[in-house]
Amino acid sequence: MRRIWALLITAVFVYFLIGIYLPTLPEFGNIDMFRRVSFDYISKSTTREYQPVEFKHSKGLEEGSANVVTSIVVNYRSFDTLGEVTVLFTAALGVGILASIRKRRVEFEEHRVLSVATGIVFPLILLFGAYIFIHGHLTPGGGFPGGTVIALGVLLLMLAKNEFKVTDVAKYTEQIAGSGYVLVGLIGMAIAGVFLANFFPTGIVGELFSAGVVPIVYTLIGFKVGAELSSLVSELREGDRA
Amino acid sequence: MTNIFEFFSNLQLIDWVFYFVGGLMIVFSLFAVEAKKVFDSILALSALSLLSVLLFIVLKAPDVAITEAAVGSGLASAVMIFALFRIKAGEKK
Repeated sequence: MRRIWALLITAVFVYFLIGIYLPTLPEFGNIDMFRRVSFDYISKSTTREYQPVEFKHSKGLEEGSANVVTSIVVNYRSFDTLGEVTVLFTAALGVGILASIRKRRVEFEEHRVLSVATGIVFPLILLFGAYIFIHGHLTPGGGFPGGTVIALGVLLLMLAKNEFKVTDVAKYTEQIAGSGYVLVGLIGMAIAGVFLANFFPTGIVGELFSAGVVPIVYTLIGFKVGAELSSLVSELREGDRA
Repeated sequence: MTNIFEFFSNLQLIDWVFYFVGGLMIVFSLFAVEAKKVFDSILALSALSLLSVLLFIVLKAPDVAITEAAVGSGLASAVMIFALFRIKAGEKK
């Protein structure tokens, strides 16, 4: 009986989604972009007249990151990203409170191949994570995936060595990076008059040192997310009984 | 009947990839709901995330694809497996 109800409810949802909602959407890839706000974001011209943006040539735009997603997430909608970081912090806080109810520690059998291979692979994973968030304004990626990749490297270390534990350094890193983001916003307010304003010169589109505060903010977010998630996973594993 | 035949004869290769991956995703999600062990459900959810990464890349959203590959199929399943082990360790005692 439960299954019949589930099937019925699913069928109603699928009917409304495919039969009624989907035909109202424009065809995939054929949106008239010139009548939308996103066109101003993509051409980086919300405050000035439209000029074509050229890779490695355009200079002194109002926003200088080559990756359009980053330019929206960290520049035009930076306050939203601050809220996102806060949501992640709240989630980690909840897991920490739940994990403080001590139980048996999760242990694995150590395997020689895994521990030797981890010694080789772990620096490469760290490097890749750092690359993802340092180049967040040039290539796909950014602070959140980069930090997660670093946390995955720490997870591999935890699986390889039984006594490995993330120390309090991760918590201090997270606190410093998180308050650094707010500090960047306050400096922007002091210089340009708006919270989280881009107060550095934006440089040439496509170069590593461009886009003003975006690389700084993404590096801070990468450190914060990496430290937060790795300490979360480690906290979930610890227990008072061996 | 002719309608169905025309529909399938007009498909491009990329559409076949879409339908194949989408069908596999439905199968994995049904398996995650119906599996007897919780561990199997977690593995099925991880595979579901990995398949959605493929669709994100085809739809030209590499940002979302990287995030989904790292969070959805990597860290989320690790966190769930750790939580499962902790629950089991509490039950056995």
